[in-house]
Amino acid sequence: MAFNYEQYLRPGKLPHIWCPGCGHGIVLKGLLRAMDACHLDKDRTAVVSGIGCASRLPGYVDFNTLHTAHGRAAAFATGIKLARPEMTVLVVGGDGDGVAIGGNHFIHACRRNIDMTYVLCNNYIYGMTGGQFSPCTPMGDKASTTPYGNPDPTFDIAKLAIGAGATFVARTTAFHATQIDKLIAEGIRHKGMSVIEVLDDCPTAFGRRNKFRSVVEMMKRFKETAVPAATAAKMSAEELQGKIVTGILHREERPEYCEQYQQVIDRARGA
Amino acid sequence: MAKKVALLQGNEASAYGALYAGCRFFGGYPITPSTEVAEVMAVELPKVGGKFIQMEDEIGAMASILGASLTGAKVLTASSGPGMSLKQELIGYACIAEIPCVIVNVMRGGPSTGMPTGPSQSDIMQARWGTHGDHPTIALVPASCQEIFTETVRAFNLAEIYRMPVQVLLDEINGHMRERIELPEPGELEVLDRAAPSVPPEQYLPFDPSVGDVPPLAAFGSGYRFHVTGLNKAPDGFPTTRAELVDAEERRQLRKIEAARDLIEKNEEYLLDDAEVAVIAFGTISRSARHAVNALREQGIKAGLFRPITLWPFPERRVAELAKQVKGMLVPEMNLGQLVLEVERVVKGACSVSSLTRVDGEPITPDQIMEQIREVC
Ligand SMILES: Cc1ncc(C[n+]2csc(CCOP(=O)(O)OP(=O)(O)O)c2C)c(N)n1
Ligand code: SF4
Repeated sequence: MAFNYEQYLRPGKLPHIWCPGCGHGIVLKGLLRAMDACHLDKDRTAVVSGIGCASRLPGYVDFNTLHTAHGRAAAFATGIKLARPEMTVLVVGGDGDGVAIGGNHFIHACRRNIDMTYVLCNNYIYGMTGGQFSPCTPMGDKASTTPYGNPDPTFDIAKLAIGAGATFVARTTAFHATQIDKLIAEGIRHKGMSVIEVLDDCPTAFGRRNKFRSVVEMMKRFKETAVPAATAAKMSAEELQGKIVTGILHREERPEYCEQYQQVIDRARGA
Repeated sequence: MAKKVALLQGNEASAYGALYAGCRFFGGYPITPSTEVAEVMAVELPKVGGKFIQMEDEIGAMASILGASLTGAKVLTASSGPGMSLKQELIGYACIAEIPCVIVNVMRGGPSTGMPTGPSQSDIMQARWGTHGDHPTIALVPASCQEIFTETVRAFNLAEIYRMPVQVLLDEINGHMRERIELPEPGELEVLDRAAPSVPPEQYLPFDPSVGDVPPLAAFGSGYRFHVTGLNKAPDGFPTTRAELVDAEERRQLRKIEAARDLIEKNEEYLLDDAEVAVIAFGTISRSARHAVNALREQGIKAGLFRPITLWPFPERRVAELAKQVKGMLVPEMNLGQLVLEVERVVKGACSVSSLTRVDGEPITPDQIMEQIREVC
């Protein structure tokens, strides 16, 4: 039976603002399938975002939704989660939002290991503002502010998240649509900070400038360069050049922040 | 029954006032001279089951309290100088999304790092206009430690009732000064909570102007699912660029404060009945002004003190009336002349307005005020 997306979409709020062929729609569908698989209670679930094309997602879904300021989603989400730990908190946003302007909040949410699921849509570019480079734009690539090729090195978001202390880190691409929901669902079930990076495409602001004339070409590249983590483990650094390692990249158990704070409360009360 | 008394710093008094008002969430980042507010909250909040979090910066602190407030909690942050500059974007977010919160700003010299341990009153225009765009502002300026306690309680009431950020402006002097204060018993001071929606979830509109200028705010997690954004929005909370909706929304947000001025404004008038010269002073400097007024009266000069306790919205009507009664006004302030601009705007030339400013990290003394009044008279 076809999945019923409507049950989670707000009536009257579509069509969305995304361009034809934008990968964010694929992430939206994966997210809803994951939330459904986890039987999330709509009333007890918050979906929080920053600013950007990806960050428009919460407006379309029927949960407690919060479209914050550019880069600040993780910090707003931290307030919600700590004030009401019984709620499930998800964050959605772009690469610029998450690891440029919001980088500080992102790494500190990872460090605290606060129980939230961060779905980071990495389309290598600032889509909403018309295609300026982000910390994830590949070196040498073109953006409106790197007309001669990008001189900036890029962030490896997964490594950043692992280094900062996230306890569940995964990566997939918009081509691997069925993996998106499985990884997000794993992230939701995981207690602690989960980061799921989804490499997706922005035909309008990135593809157009960087030889991906059609969405199909971008998808083909995701398909051809993706290597499952288990396979990647057997490959040399040289062989991994230019590849995208997908799947669960890191998982560990570590005390969760709200539980730690509950112990603070117990100590303060002399329990 | 004997009153419970304590010897408290102004900063501590504001923290205890917040707890009295029912604050259950604090998000902060340390900065002199405001840090004691956070330190008291770190000790006291967990005792009452509340949450304290030290965030990675002041922007995060502001974001965390807004997130927490949306779950229904009464929330506080405190900062100074550079930290207040960082908070401005999200103060605007709290204005447009109408999220109750209280911000204690213990003012220090600036701009930039300025004088971290020096007193100042130089953020009063920032409090009014610091975030971009048109927006309502409520800012309270208590003078004594006792008043810092009670005004912090009032700040929470105003934040919850008008669904917006409220700033309490202290300075390094009254923030760090210790005074004996009487701690009110529970129930002694009015404590107000935000209105809950009166309609079932399926009919709830978070910005419904038809229910009044302050539509009730539901809590995340309470069964009311709604959308919050910093974009201009329709009554249902979703983004809109429809001209008439944007216009109505912006005007309603200013009107909710303008229409309630009588309930929000609060002033102290001291020896003004027959005054020929009025000192307009607030916070710490109002204490110097009171001394000066007393001493001038002994010398036969008919001086009085007008002390705003609510600085924003500014008590326009009363100051304009006074301007018709007195020959002159003196506005002493620890900045390079900010409040005087507002006084001049309101007085419209009806009496002389003289400015006394100081930014060297020392308070304005009674002698300075007396001297300048003698010159004016
Ligand atoms: C404080 C602030 N700075 C800049 C902007 C402008 N801005 C809006 S969206 C955006 C970038 C969005 O890019 P990304 O987060 O990668 O998401 P995408 O649009 O690609 O999905 C920028 C710079 C803003 N809204 N706020
Ligand atoms: S500009 Fe790019 S990211 Fe934004 S909606 Fe269009 S395709 Fe998607």
